[in-house]
Amino acid sequence: MNLQVDENGRLRHFLSIEGLSREILTDILDTAESFAGVPDQTIKKVPLLRGKTIANLFFEASTRTRTTFELAAKRLSADVLNININASATVKGESLLDTLRNLEAMHVDMFVVRHADSGSAHFIASHVKPHISVINAGDGRHAHPTQAMLDMFTIRKHKPDFSKLCVAIVGDILHSRVARSQIAALNTLGAGEVRVVAPCTLLPAAAPSLGVKVFHNLKDGIRNADVVIMLRLQNERMQGALLPSEHEYYQLYGLTEAKLAYASPDVIVMHPGPINRGVEMDSRVADGNHSVILQQVSYGIAVRMAVMSMAMRSGQSGGVA
Amino acid sequence: MKRTVIRNGRVIDPANALDAILDVFIANGNIVGVGKAPEGFSADQEIDARNHLVLPGLVDLCVRMREPGMEHKATIASETAAAASGGITSVCVPPDTDPVIDTPAVAELIRRKAKQAGNARVYCLGALTQDLHGERLSEMAALQQAGCLGVSNVRAIADSKIQRLALEYAATHNMTVYLIPEDPYLSKNGCAHEGHIASRLGLPGIPACAETAAVARDLALVEETGGRVHFTRLSTRRAVRMIARARFDGLPVSADVCAHQLFLTDNDIGEFNSVYHVRPPLRSEQDRIGLRQGILEKVIEAICSDHQPHEADAKEAPFCSTRPGVSAVETLLPLTLRLVDELQLNLLDGIRLVTQGPAKILGINAGTLSVGARADMCIVDPDRTWVLRAEEMRSEGRNSPFIGQSFRGKVTHTLLEGKLVFRE
Repeated sequence: MNLQVDENGRLRHFLSIEGLSREILTDILDTAESFAGVPDQTIKKVPLLRGKTIANLFFEASTRTRTTFELAAKRLSADVLNININASATVKGESLLDTLRNLEAMHVDMFVVRHADSGSAHFIASHVKPHISVINAGDGRHAHPTQAMLDMFTIRKHKPDFSKLCVAIVGDILHSRVARSQIAALNTLGAGEVRVVAPCTLLPAAAPSLGVKVFHNLKDGIRNADVVIMLRLQNERMQGALLPSEHEYYQLYGLTEAKLAYASPDVIVMHPGPINRGVEMDSRVADGNHSVILQQVSYGIAVRMAVMSMAMRSGQSGGVA
Repeated sequence: MKRTVIRNGRVIDPANALDAILDVFIANGNIVGVGKAPEGFSADQEIDARNHLVLPGLVDLCVRMREPGMEHKATIASETAAAASGGITSVCVPPDTDPVIDTPAVAELIRRKAKQAGNARVYCLGALTQDLHGERLSEMAALQQAGCLGVSNVRAIADSKIQRLALEYAATHNMTVYLIPEDPYLSKNGCAHEGHIASRLGLPGIPACAETAAVARDLALVEETGGRVHFTRLSTRRAVRMIARARFDGLPVSADVCAHQLFLTDNDIGEFNSVYHVRPPLRSEQDRIGLRQGILEKVIEAICSDHQPHEADAKEAPFCSTRPGVSAVETLLPLTLRLVDELQLNLLDGIRLVTQGPAKILGINAGTLSVGARADMCIVDPDRTWVLRAEEMRSEGRNSPFIGQSFRGKVTHTLLEGKLVFRE
């Protein structure tokens, strides 16, 4: 059983890229395209989700993802509840299920969930009432599918033919939900080659089984790549003995203009943010003309509008759009 | 006292290499004749076991009954009744109750409750260290006097020096140490086998080397201390190979596996299905085959249920936040019979793994139908096909990955000391 699609094959929950067809992913990108112009209009709103209530349920701190979800919901004319539940509610002994039941009682139509446990979005989706949609805004190390889709949207803007693409994802693959979702999305959309570049300590045990080529050397890994995606390196990786120092990481995996020269001449450079300048990449690359990092942020709103409106549409018989 | 005869069953008694259609005679709670009635025997009760198997009552090396301390999950009365319905007549309780079994009082409490319930024989393992903290030795001699059959720390002791001293002290008292080999540093924060499923789902992994590194260390310690060690709940192929080698070299070590590890792999986790959250984790297909190989080669001498009943809430959370474990006493014999089919084992060898095998490890006089032995036994309809249904389970815990599956072979009667404790 696939939780994510309804009996008509339409998006019901958006939990992970895996389990969704190329058609649905393409549909998300096309729908996002239609929303991309909305912010340029004088009235930045469409009435698709008027009268709907969307709860941003963040069990983990986030500013940017939450803000773009909030903006996306507001531009769809939905009412938005921001609920930041730091660990305290669960410390008080309230289970995740109880928290959920309470919010359901407030007649919320959609949950946008971020949680530190892998699988939490699936768990919530399998327990909510049938009319409620769940959007995964990041669960543990597992998935961050809206981030992956906004990355695909950005790539498609610059490189429309995925079949010819060579994409290199560089950095902490092991702990990255973004990387897992990007890899799944690229493979589903038929990308020519997906590479990961990292030291062994930052790779999952069975990395090749994800459908990637593994590189440990940055120059080799990005050679002739059309897209280079740099991942954020968390500070705590140094304490966990996964890496010796930021300095050595930057020496080996930091993206500089000199190293970027190994990639394809029209390479685009991406980063899910926030960037550690001088750790993952040099400022000259981050702000240079290959960088599309700020576009990613603005496309994020359109993609989230697309996912939200599509998931809500499946819930009702008549359809809004 | 009641006298019973069980007529015309196929009697399987691995301890006596007996597989024949015979009558079994019981008086005063003991077996007084197999095949031949003792002189002057007249039965008050007759059980017709035609076309049925008559087996020694099963001996289960690891059953958690949640009492004392976690009675919201299950009780000694509920779980021994569930065990009896699965043909199990002797169970061994690990010391991780609350309070832990590190004083004679707790062992005594469990013994008394079990006696009251009267469904099965209950044995305890004492704690290897106080409160299972891995720091100070428990009063092993006192625990032994209180009837504990061995000692265990459940969680591995990280400090190798303390582990060594604990093994030495246990050896002083001739107590077997039961070890679940898992290096706590390598397994830290993990909740699934570190393989392609954990890689894909982003679940923190427990690598196979968490088990093999612990086995390697503990084998090195056994070599020096000379104490008896039983490795319980093995999950990896390589650990089986290491223990096979150690046994070949003459070390006093033995091993068991829990039944679900012989049938499931990490693939079964699917999309975060928490009923498959167990510890040690479900591993790869190669590991599953390796464990079965260990059984064929008799490196693994027992299959246990590793019974861990949970209330529904304990499994209602994202995968890693759920409690590990399966409710398993009711599937121990059915899975063993399935293994006999799948590996085309001799029925005697199959049944030995849940009777004589574990009884020998525990050092108890059970798991046999010898004349003079206590009449702990079960009768099984080997051809009956049935489906495990949650609402029909007798355990308070319904957390079984085998719910909905069909099994061949159903327990129809269980006798404890000649007394019928389960009848279908």
